[in-house]
Amino acid sequence: MLHYILRRFLYAFPLLFGVNVLTFVLFFIVNSPDDMARMQLGQKHVTEQAISNWKEQRGYHLPLLINHEQQGLAKIQQTIFYQKSLRLFAFDFGISDSGRNIGADIQQRMWPSLAVALPALVIGLLVNITAALMMVLFRQSYLEFAGIVLCVVIMSISSLFYIIGGQFLIGKLLMLVPISGYDTGFNAIKFLVLPVLISVVSGIGAGARWYRTLFLEEIEQDYVRTARAKGLSETQVLFKHVLQNAMIPILTGVVVVLPLLFMGSLITESFFSIPGLGSYTIDAINSQDFAIVRAMVFLGSVLYIIGLLLTDISYTLVDPRVRLS
Amino acid sequence: MNFVSKAVFFIFSVLSLVACNEVLNNPYAVSTPQNQSILYSSFSERPRHLDPAKAYSSNEYVFIGQIYEPPFQYHFLKRPYELEPLTATKMPDVIYLDKAARVLPETIAADQVVYSDYIIDIAPGIRFQPHPALAKNAQGHYLYHDLSSAQLDNIKQLSDFAQQGTRELTAADYVHQIKRLVHPEISSPIAELMKQYIVGLGDYALRIKDKARTQLEEDEISGVQVLDKYRYKIRIHGKYPQFIFWLAMPFFAPMPWEADAFYTQAGLQDKNITLDWQPLGTGPYMLVENNPNLRMTMLKNPHFHAAFYPSEGEEGDVEQGLLEDAGKRLPFIDKAIYRLEKESIPYWNKFLQGYYDASGIASDSFDQAIQFSGGDLRLTASMQAKGIQLQTAVASSIYYMGFNMLDKVIGAAGGESARKLRQAIAIAMDYEEYIAIFMNGRGVAAQGAIPPGIFGYQSGEAGINPYVYDWQNGHAQRKPITVAKRLMQEAGYPNGVDPQTGEALILYFDTAASGPDDRARLNWYRKQFSKLGIQLVIRATDYNRFQQKMRNGNAQVFMWGWNADYPDPENFFFLLYGPNAKAVYGGENAGNYQNPEFDRLFKQMNNMQNTAERLQIIAKMQELLRYDVPWLFGLHPKNFSLYHSWYHNLKPNLMANNKLKYLRIDDKKREQLRQQWNRPILWPIIVIILLLLALAWPAVRSLQRRAQETIK
Repeated sequence: MLHYILRRFLYAFPLLFGVNVLTFVLFFIVNSPDDMARMQLGQKHVTEQAISNWKEQRGYHLPLLINHEQQGLAKIQQTIFYQKSLRLFAFDFGISDSGRNIGADIQQRMWPSLAVALPALVIGLLVNITAALMMVLFRQSYLEFAGIVLCVVIMSISSLFYIIGGQFLIGKLLMLVPISGYDTGFNAIKFLVLPVLISVVSGIGAGARWYRTLFLEEIEQDYVRTARAKGLSETQVLFKHVLQNAMIPILTGVVVVLPLLFMGSLITESFFSIPGLGSYTIDAINSQDFAIVRAMVFLGSVLYIIGLLLTDISYTLVDPRVRLS
Repeated sequence: MNFVSKAVFFIFSVLSLVACNEVLNNPYAVSTPQNQSILYSSFSERPRHLDPAKAYSSNEYVFIGQIYEPPFQYHFLKRPYELEPLTATKMPDVIYLDKAARVLPETIAADQVVYSDYIIDIAPGIRFQPHPALAKNAQGHYLYHDLSSAQLDNIKQLSDFAQQGTRELTAADYVHQIKRLVHPEISSPIAELMKQYIVGLGDYALRIKDKARTQLEEDEISGVQVLDKYRYKIRIHGKYPQFIFWLAMPFFAPMPWEADAFYTQAGLQDKNITLDWQPLGTGPYMLVENNPNLRMTMLKNPHFHAAFYPSEGEEGDVEQGLLEDAGKRLPFIDKAIYRLEKESIPYWNKFLQGYYDASGIASDSFDQAIQFSGGDLRLTASMQAKGIQLQTAVASSIYYMGFNMLDKVIGAAGGESARKLRQAIAIAMDYEEYIAIFMNGRGVAAQGAIPPGIFGYQSGEAGINPYVYDWQNGHAQRKPITVAKRLMQEAGYPNGVDPQTGEALILYFDTAASGPDDRARLNWYRKQFSKLGIQLVIRATDYNRFQQKMRNGNAQVFMWGWNADYPDPENFFFLLYGPNAKAVYGGENAGNYQNPEFDRLFKQMNNMQNTAERLQIIAKMQELLRYDVPWLFGLHPKNFSLYHSWYHNLKPNLMANNKLKYLRIDDKKREQLRQQWNRPILWPIIVIILLLLALAWPAVRSLQRRAQETIK
């Protein structure tokens, strides 16, 4: 397995390099260094000299990919791409165009993202599995039919509706929790109740239906019939045998998203004023801060690759038939 | 007791316990110290810069305006806006000089003045806020100007420095800040502008180009001198009376050299401890928590010098209670907490719950807050029931539709025909309708380039644009569309038909507004032009491309705006001054308007004090603009602010950045009303739980039955 992990690790380098180049090219097709300077310097009294100074101070006066004025390796090294993007491989995110240390910002902002995403994932998983099991338990009854209809209805409604509706109902009308906001330490709990609740509720539709399908596939298997023949009750069959076997696709599906939990959710964080990473990238795009954009895209790619690797590994752990080679 | 009964009992017990708690939705820490007056506000976008040499936007001035003190400030109550000393002891002595630096009389003609000296006296005894950059040991050496890596390891934020120090403000601190303006590492937005005015600043910038920020004191600006500990002099080229307004902006606030020495140390920036994020000033407040991703907190500066609430204002201030605190020592508020609030709906709801002290009105909430009654705007009953008050003020801004005067069809080259075409469009564009539809009535149709509140603005009949409006029944009435159509005919476009093509005249409107929300607005523009038979083609693009088009002079018709830097007509007329033409000289004259007479009057008006003569010149300039129509004047937005009954001393002041020190909060009343407004409602939760239990019951019974079934 070690050999496999090492190989996947080496595969990641060209992949990340490609992502880096693509981000770089796409960003600079839309924004020139002059545009970035204007955005940072504001709208008033901006002169060409001021723009030139800004670019020189931050290294954006160099050519983008190839410096024809230089010789040898310097042709590549004296470019914006080399100076700005390649350091990312050492996880040196550098300084944002507005002058803040990106690494420090990411460290600060990933915890609030995680504080919302992790409970939402765990509770959501429990709720969805429970709901799916209930539907399977009461299959071919009015309860299953009602459950499916409810799931479809929940799926059909925009997540924004849940957020605004939840804030209105629970925060404004019932006044049970703060409408939005965040705080550090244990003070954060009261702010997390509503976003987590909304994430869980809005995710029930898709989650419960997906798990129901997995459970229904299992319930027709021979080992289930055997378990029933042994005299086990329906609940024992479901919660012990079916659940255990259906957990393989569920777990692997969860593992793949685990690293991405750090990246946060744009809409939830924005509406609940949670200072996570979700809005960090969008804010950077709006302010044309290339340093943050490239760092976040790179980080997202790394986490996605890690997620896929973890999925492969988790297959071998939960299903002995799978071997990595 | 079975499982269901136990569960119901448990839920009721929990809810009963919760019900004992008074308020559940308080977004702030409950452990607020008693007798501490706290202001709760928000920011929707994190400030980019808090360095006074860099900051230039309103969301940055909200903070640094309270922390840094330039030598002068705007009087809080008096109107029209008036400058007064802040850290200075008096208004500056302005001395006019000839080429040989000989003193000239005050009445000398502006073109005779080669230099102007501004001599500024600073009050002694003013001290900087406590800060580690100023901390010294017993031997008088700075404690933290040479940080070792071991020391840095223990530092995560500014408050981790054990020692803090202070020192007296001196004239040298003001001079140091002027030097900072041109250091390339700082990239001040006004650096290039100030190089044109301050004598020797450009040369100084060249000399220190490759030097570190800590070496600024090794060289001097020839036009800026420290005269003694509390006095300094700034020499500028020619006569520029508006320079005094710049001296009331944070760009000219003092900065101790120690700040640069401290913050430029390696290792601090990696922890986001920079002067751009951790200010060091003499103002009434100091930033104690700077987490722009969550919250920014300002505390009263313990070293703040004596400052008092004004004892005089304008007419009506006494009746509005604005002089109740006259003569009292400032500031009133101990702590100001600003929370990141990106969306307007949560902010609005929290304002209604009493968790924010004031609020603007987003279009989503407008109907909830404001109603029209007999043509007047007033608060709705629900707002009045909460004791919320409304304050409106016309902003010192203008949003105008510009015509590119370099354009062959609509610009100066088109001659009289193009002028009449522009004039016709000015009549057809019904900005009153625009304000009613898109701004909920929050705006005033502009009659000229100068907004209300700025010297030169004239209200009433004398102030209307006679080419677009008639004065009827005491109101400006837009001319009928038939007048515009007649102008179109005179321009050579009868019914909007272009004689060269025989089809509708096509004009191109360049805009950066391209989102779905802008569609209705753009359609409205098309509709206005179509009244004249003109086909308006929208060329929507992103803001970068739009700016590029403007710089290259490729736009034909465009929308733009300007917010006053200072309350002087020069700050608006310079947007139409020929030598500022954007496509020609890279200035701020986006329409590239050139009129020698206007330019001559501008230069004359520019150097004058606010006299009747100046007013006459301004009126002439307005007349030129109204006749030439390089701009379709558009509108001046009207700010609507709501504030709770516990919030005092609020008066719109669109120029001052340091208003926080004048504001007062009645904390007891706020706490009482918050408790009253935020009692949690629990019964729906109980109903939902019972409903779920009721729904689950048949299912459980069915399951039990199935489990007990036997094969017969």
